[in-house]
Amino acid sequence: MIPEIQEIVVHGAEWTHKELFTYPNEYIYWTIQIVMYPLMTGFVAGAFVLSSLYHVFGQKDLKDLAKFSLVFSFALLLVAPMPLLFHLLQPQRNHHVFMTPHFTSAIAAFGLVFSLYAALVAYEIWFVYRKHFVETALSLSKKADKTIAEKAQYFINNLLTLGAYNITEEAVRKDEKAVKLLAAIGIPIACFLHGYAGFIFGSVKANALWMTPLMPVIFIMSAIVSGVALCILSYIVIMEWKKFRATKKHEDRMSLAIKGAEIDVIHKSSRYLIGAMVAAITLEVLDLVFRGYTAMKSWDILRSVIYGKDFANIFIFQYTLGNIVPFAMLLLPGLTIRRTIIATILVMMGVFMMRWNVVIGGQSFSLSFAGYMDYTLPVIPHNWETFREGVGGALVIAVLPFIFFYFFNKFAPTLQFTKKDMPK
Amino acid sequence: MITRRDLIKNAVTGIAGIALPLVSVKIINAAETLFPDRFEKPSVLWGFVVDTLKCVGCGLCVKACKEENEIPYNTPISRTWVERYIILKDGRVLIDSPDAARDGYTSQKVRDTVVNPENIAKAFFVPKLCNQCENPPCVQVCPVGATYKTPDGVILVDRTWCIGCGYCIQSCPYGVRFFHPVHKVAEKCTFCYHRITKGMKTACVEACPFGARQIGNLRDRNDPVAKIISTERVAVLKDAYGTKPQVYYIGLDENVR
Amino acid sequence: MKNYALRPLYVIICLVIVVLIIREVYVPKDFGVHGESYMYGWHRKGNEDEWKAFKVKYKFDNEYCKDCHSDKYDSIMQSPHAIIKCENCHGPAFDHPTDPPKLTIDKSRGLCIRCHASLPYPQASRSNIRGIDPDKHNAEIECSMCHNPHKPSLEGMK
Repeated sequence: MIPEIQEIVVHGAEWTHKELFTYPNEYIYWTIQIVMYPLMTGFVAGAFVLSSLYHVFGQKDLKDLAKFSLVFSFALLLVAPMPLLFHLLQPQRNHHVFMTPHFTSAIAAFGLVFSLYAALVAYEIWFVYRKHFVETALSLSKKADKTIAEKAQYFINNLLTLGAYNITEEAVRKDEKAVKLLAAIGIPIACFLHGYAGFIFGSVKANALWMTPLMPVIFIMSAIVSGVALCILSYIVIMEWKKFRATKKHEDRMSLAIKGAEIDVIHKSSRYLIGAMVAAITLEVLDLVFRGYTAMKSWDILRSVIYGKDFANIFIFQYTLGNIVPFAMLLLPGLTIRRTIIATILVMMGVFMMRWNVVIGGQSFSLSFAGYMDYTLPVIPHNWETFREGVGGALVIAVLPFIFFYFFNKFAPTLQFTKKDMPK
Repeated sequence: MITRRDLIKNAVTGIAGIALPLVSVKIINAAETLFPDRFEKPSVLWGFVVDTLKCVGCGLCVKACKEENEIPYNTPISRTWVERYIILKDGRVLIDSPDAARDGYTSQKVRDTVVNPENIAKAFFVPKLCNQCENPPCVQVCPVGATYKTPDGVILVDRTWCIGCGYCIQSCPYGVRFFHPVHKVAEKCTFCYHRITKGMKTACVEACPFGARQIGNLRDRNDPVAKIISTERVAVLKDAYGTKPQVYYIGLDENVR
Repeated sequence: MKNYALRPLYVIICLVIVVLIIREVYVPKDFGVHGESYMYGWHRKGNEDEWKAFKVKYKFDNEYCKDCHSDKYDSIMQSPHAIIKCENCHGPAFDHPTDPPKLTIDKSRGLCIRCHASLPYPQASRSNIRGIDPDKHNAEIECSMCHNPHKPSLEGMK
């Protein structure tokens, strides 16, 4: 017998508005958190690839940005599974993916790929910062009276060295070689981390919008776009903020040379951004053209969604404001920091809209091809479900990487703000 | 220098030598020996026939299913439902399924559209349920092994193992899956597995007063359902997806989604 | 100096071993490939029996009702309503008469107009059922005020 329930809620009914004919069981089941998940893994992959450009391809100008990207990639990585935890109806069973993975499912790949990638990034960070851990631990060990914070710092840094105290020139050179190797291996794995997310959608033959072999490649290119844009923007914001604070409370104007965001670093990295953007938009337009040309049974309803209901979301927000405008802004001569900020913000909005248009767009028409479903993102939550699957949950996911990064930065310092206080 | 005798002797020995392992590969199939349950063909394979010519849209099947399978009556989701198709003379097709037809069809209006009976070219009802596909995409995409196919061809969901990701719901082309509002895991029609394995029929088959639904064993040549499928003109839904559904329709119209 | 480069790898391997140990303990022993393939047969075998043990609610056998309710049974079986099973209108029997002692008698119009709301669909079987317009035909009163569901013929009217 069914237990007495005050209010029996059909999951998805609250934020789905149906039009014309949809099958009775159809609701928008994959919502904002399923938009956030590929967004996060995209940032992870892109940030890592940017970092690897320095370590593997020796782009010396990107050195500072590379360190930052690597640590930020790790912060993003730890946040990446959270949209899934917010989305699952049985989040306490999420470990089942590790316990009994069914590898015919792309989602099961998550367990393996994610763990592998996390291990690799942690490994690479260890090699990059091992010398710093050792130096910090040794300098703290000499100090007699340590405050509690310093005791904790000493303990953690000691732990992080894993007992490898050798910081001779030779050892450090070996570290650098290991970093190069891991960065190289990591590029295909980072691509796989996001490519499989594209496969999750592209392999669903039941969904006329998702089903395409191009989906994994579109997602990979879009991931690189998002990661590079995020790193450029974060780099600018952090460097300028530190410079602002330092000049406000300067101690000795002579000995401190404050660096803000460096334009040649931005210039170099924006070239990669532009390249990835061209690839991403080309693939998406290719997919659209093919669909219209071959005009399968689903084309009628897809056309009404793409050119009708979602026209603004796709063509104005994603393609124009999210791609063409920042593309022009970055290409035009005389690139300034302010222009880069606006361009990268627009790019990230475009990246968000791409995932929104795929996830929500794919559910905005019925499997019957004879009806529609509208999604209203819950803004003001009135229960746990409308929080976790609404604006609240999305904001938590968006903010967490920066909070994690703040703490990681204390142990693995990244951006060099002054010429005196940073290790190499 | 090889003699003719040696050549013949060697050739015969060679052929016999190759023939023995080749024959033994057929006699002893290693995979069959090691994993017998994958190769034995069960004596039962459940199949279903829906006769759309007989359905009157009373919805008693939906009501019975909800009661039998504990799906809350007042929610619009259901393991099975009935669709109404009204094709007008001007070519427009009106389709609806009010609350999955749990209360039957009692109004001529399709949502808010008033239908003039004189404009109707044809109209009919189409019951739908899980097709218990032979190649179920929903089972393929389950990340944790919570949904599976039984040896007799029914797709079930393990309520204690499902994590509620919804991937199976997204991958069903027929829209038969949903989240159970109380148990909060994936849910779908089970061909009343608890009834058919006891010699009973499914609730919807028994409930239908007009015999529009039938269930049977496709492996039994004398089974009425097997006979209908093999001798009458039947069709399945969306066969282009390669799912190989086991629910067959009599009188399936081209407008049916 | 030993090669320290593999130390994080050892940490990772330890974590993997921990996960494998947890897996050994947590995953039920009957979880595996049961059936034709890994793709379609990856599950916990015991669940099949759990579904087989799901409670049966409907008997859907009019013979079951015949002994105690012979008058209603005989009456309805000689009418066009013979095709309707008792439980269609009275709900699932469960273990009636032990539990529940009484089944519902639903007198709402909704039950009758499922079939008897007239719908003008010429080729559908629906048009073989005599029907009325539910909004116009005695809209405020129960059908059973005038019609006997167990003897629905016009002669059986009250």
